[in-house]
Amino acid sequence: MTLLQHRPPAGASEHPEHVEHHDEPTFVVKWLTSTDHKVIGINYMVTALVMFYLSGFMALLLRVQLSSPSGIGMSLQTYNELFTMHGSLMLYLFAGPFAFGGLANYIVPMQVGAPDMAFPRLNAFSYWLYLTGSITMLLGFLTSTGAAAFGWVAYAPLSTSAYSPGPGADLWIISLFLTGFSAVFTGVNLVATIFYLRAPGMTMWRLPIFTWNMLVTALLILIAFPVLTAAMVFLWTDRHLGTHIYSVAGGGVPVLYQNLFWFFGHPEVYILALPYFGVATEIIPVFSRKPVFGYKGLVFATISIAALSTGVWAHHMFTTGTVLLPFFSLLSLLIAVPTGVKFFNWIGTMWRGQISFKTPMLFCVGFLLAFLMGGLTGVMLASPPIDFATHDTYFVVAHFHQVLFGTTVFAGFAGLYFWYPKMFGRMLHDGLGKAHFWTMFVGFWLTYLPQYVLGLHGMPRRVATYPPGLGWASLNMASTVGAFMIGLSFLIMLVNLWVSWRNPVPAGDNPWDGHGLEWFASSPPVHHNFEKLPPIRSERPTWDYNHPDARTIAHGHGAADRELVGAGARGASGTGDSTTDA
Amino acid sequence: MPQGRSQAHDVAHRTRRRRRLAAVGAASLPLLLGGCQLPTFYGYRGQTSQAHDEFLLYAGTVIAAIVVGVITGGLILWSVVRYRRRSDAMPRQFQYHIPLEIFYTAVPIVIVLVLFGFTVFTENKVDNVSPTPAVAVKVTAFQWGWRFDYTNQRVFVQGVRTDNPDPVGLNGSTCTASAPTPNDCLGPGLVLPVGQTVRITLVSNDVVHGFYVPQFNFSRYALPGVTNRFDFNVARPGIYRAQCTQLCGLYHAQMFFHVVALPPAQFDAWVTGSQPQPDQGTVAQPAVGTGGTSGAPASATLPTGATGAAASPSSAAGGASSGGAPTGPAGTAPTASSPARTTPPAGSAGAARTTPSTASTAP
Repeated sequence: MTLLQHRPPAGASEHPEHVEHHDEPTFVVKWLTSTDHKVIGINYMVTALVMFYLSGFMALLLRVQLSSPSGIGMSLQTYNELFTMHGSLMLYLFAGPFAFGGLANYIVPMQVGAPDMAFPRLNAFSYWLYLTGSITMLLGFLTSTGAAAFGWVAYAPLSTSAYSPGPGADLWIISLFLTGFSAVFTGVNLVATIFYLRAPGMTMWRLPIFTWNMLVTALLILIAFPVLTAAMVFLWTDRHLGTHIYSVAGGGVPVLYQNLFWFFGHPEVYILALPYFGVATEIIPVFSRKPVFGYKGLVFATISIAALSTGVWAHHMFTTGTVLLPFFSLLSLLIAVPTGVKFFNWIGTMWRGQISFKTPMLFCVGFLLAFLMGGLTGVMLASPPIDFATHDTYFVVAHFHQVLFGTTVFAGFAGLYFWYPKMFGRMLHDGLGKAHFWTMFVGFWLTYLPQYVLGLHGMPRRVATYPPGLGWASLNMASTVGAFMIGLSFLIMLVNLWVSWRNPVPAGDNPWDGHGLEWFASSPPVHHNFEKLPPIRSERPTWDYNHPDARTIAHGHGAADRELVGAGARGASGTGDSTTDA
Repeated sequence: MPQGRSQAHDVAHRTRRRRRLAAVGAASLPLLLGGCQLPTFYGYRGQTSQAHDEFLLYAGTVIAAIVVGVITGGLILWSVVRYRRRSDAMPRQFQYHIPLEIFYTAVPIVIVLVLFGFTVFTENKVDNVSPTPAVAVKVTAFQWGWRFDYTNQRVFVQGVRTDNPDPVGLNGSTCTASAPTPNDCLGPGLVLPVGQTVRITLVSNDVVHGFYVPQFNFSRYALPGVTNRFDFNVARPGIYRAQCTQLCGLYHAQMFFHVVALPPAQFDAWVTGSQPQPDQGTVAQPAVGTGGTSGAPASATLPTGATGAAASPSSAAGGASSGGAPTGPAGTAPTASSPARTTPPAGSAGAARTTPSTASTAP
């Protein structure tokens, strides 16, 4: 907390000389050398978006191949490479880094009222590891034997040198080293920032939910990613140093790879999901003009999800015949409970609110509906007999795309539309944003609903062709049409970014009547974020400052005053302490 | 679920009504599990007794999921429509409602515990293995094909990816003549008797494969180093398409097989080799042809001395059994092949009888 001693007192006038103090390099040099969390955050987001568009393009190629039983003549090897890289790019290089490297890097220090992340240079290092890791993975396409082609999970022994020779697989493994360390460093940074750089008055129970979720995510990163790195080290030594950790011939155990991978892999699902739950929980209250409903219950739900997620990895391995089914089934089913709690928190937040459907809110509603169906089918898959019937079919593909697309894309782009004005000081066009949403929303359901049916009819995943005459062609064609609608929707987003760039509409500091401290800063924020801070006496200090007579009623029934504690409480006489029961 | 549907419209009003609805949903699950004429919800009712148990669990879970989904989705849509911004009036800034929060935490716990009970009940039935199976088949998955050893009868069927249907069909016909579509006959045929307990012992020679019969509602990994055992009690005769589901390399998409479920008498005739195969014309083509280029389906009667020939496909196709030599994606891949059903002649004991066991020595 020592850093904060020099902060001007809340409400003090600006110190212009403080701003001039930083003579920053500009343009390219700035992006290359900055340790500012905002610059690094935008670096992360731009890189992740490039990966997203590349990976989405690969998905469209896959869908074109699948639109008819024999496809368009794509070679099996090309198909296997493309779905491997589609999954790897989306999961390792887009969804995670966009959340904890991009959004969190930018938003968390602002939400806790800090001038930067705790370790700015480590933050920059983390980004460079991520960028080089991403390039490393893509370089696989340039090798003579092609990119990795063993799926994003890279099950041994298929991923060992006997069955996947060639440098493409090695580049893939090295890429996971690099991005894995990048994630760990960012995790350390986030934990330290949230624990040690909170502004006076920002107690843990006043952290915005997004920051809470990023704290839990960062802890999960520290639990999960080292295990992945270890699994990759083993795989690499099996490939190059002649160890036999995963080979039966040498006395190794192939299924060990699956255990290690999914011990990372299932927390990873929540590493990808929790940040976006946080995004939705930031946006829904703002556009409902209400505090988040059941704040503390929501935090406990997040912590429960994280705790449970470390004990459910083997539900990906129900059909291996090597795991204790009831244990993993029960824990997997129990995760539905805190997740369900979150749904009621979101509904309760909207309940009796005044919801305005600007683009970010629309995306959040899309997220709720998509994640609802993905979550319910997830509960079904937590039951081993049902998993036996659908494992590795398109039912599972549809399930996890609904979950991951629902969170990382619907809620992720909700976050982008929400915070873009803060980051660049200009608005995105709301009409184009809504066109983006509706095209994507229709495309989303058209893509994935047929895949559930295909899976139940027995279509396996990761197949480049399928036999004609089984009634699968029309469902696949529908799915392909839906995928192209999603593709179109992201072209609309590019247009939106272009329009915003060419014809800027100034955003102002607080265009949405936001809640968190980030809306108290200028848009874009100055070098060290804040020139002044409002008193912090709830999880929405900016709202309290702007609406002194619409303070949170702590408990639904009474109108009892909220107890004021912490550094910000006493000096806030001007903002009014009385609670108004509107 | 007529009660659930009729109440689904106005669920949003009162907690009490929601509670009642959830209770109806939870209470009707066991009733529905006992019922027989459930909608299929796009799933298969199942052609084995195990698959039918799975189907009941599946259908019951889908109904529960629909109930929960309709309530939750209805609340979301209700909020979205009812509370859209109409004025600048400041909504009441409430944040907590402890009884409601306890309620919406406790009810999901009850639901998943009930679901868990049914899950364990069904899973024990599906995973149960009989101490006295009538027929034992050892299934070996390899890149990119299947081998089915009838360990008691010393017969095996082996085939790799192919577009040529296996000849075995129902009632003495070819597979294509008796299957719903010709493509249900792709790959080698796993011939099973109806109404008897069949023990499958599943192993893999090289990488991880997935043994998946959609209409049996069942899949299991063929894991190198792990031997999996499970039972099927096939309910009715038929041809059931099947396929590898776990990505296993270049030709994963073509690693088909199919199950031919025959009445017991017909199965016995087939397995002892006394029933002539429909296209028996191509006689005595050695099974080693599966690794080569012959395109015609071959139903070969193995000569007595063909032990080595029968063993070679296994080692040629299973990369790991030949010392884990690098298998390039396109290099050693068989480009065309034939499923070969090989049965030793009834009178030939000795070498031919030991053929399957020597050929199927796992890595």
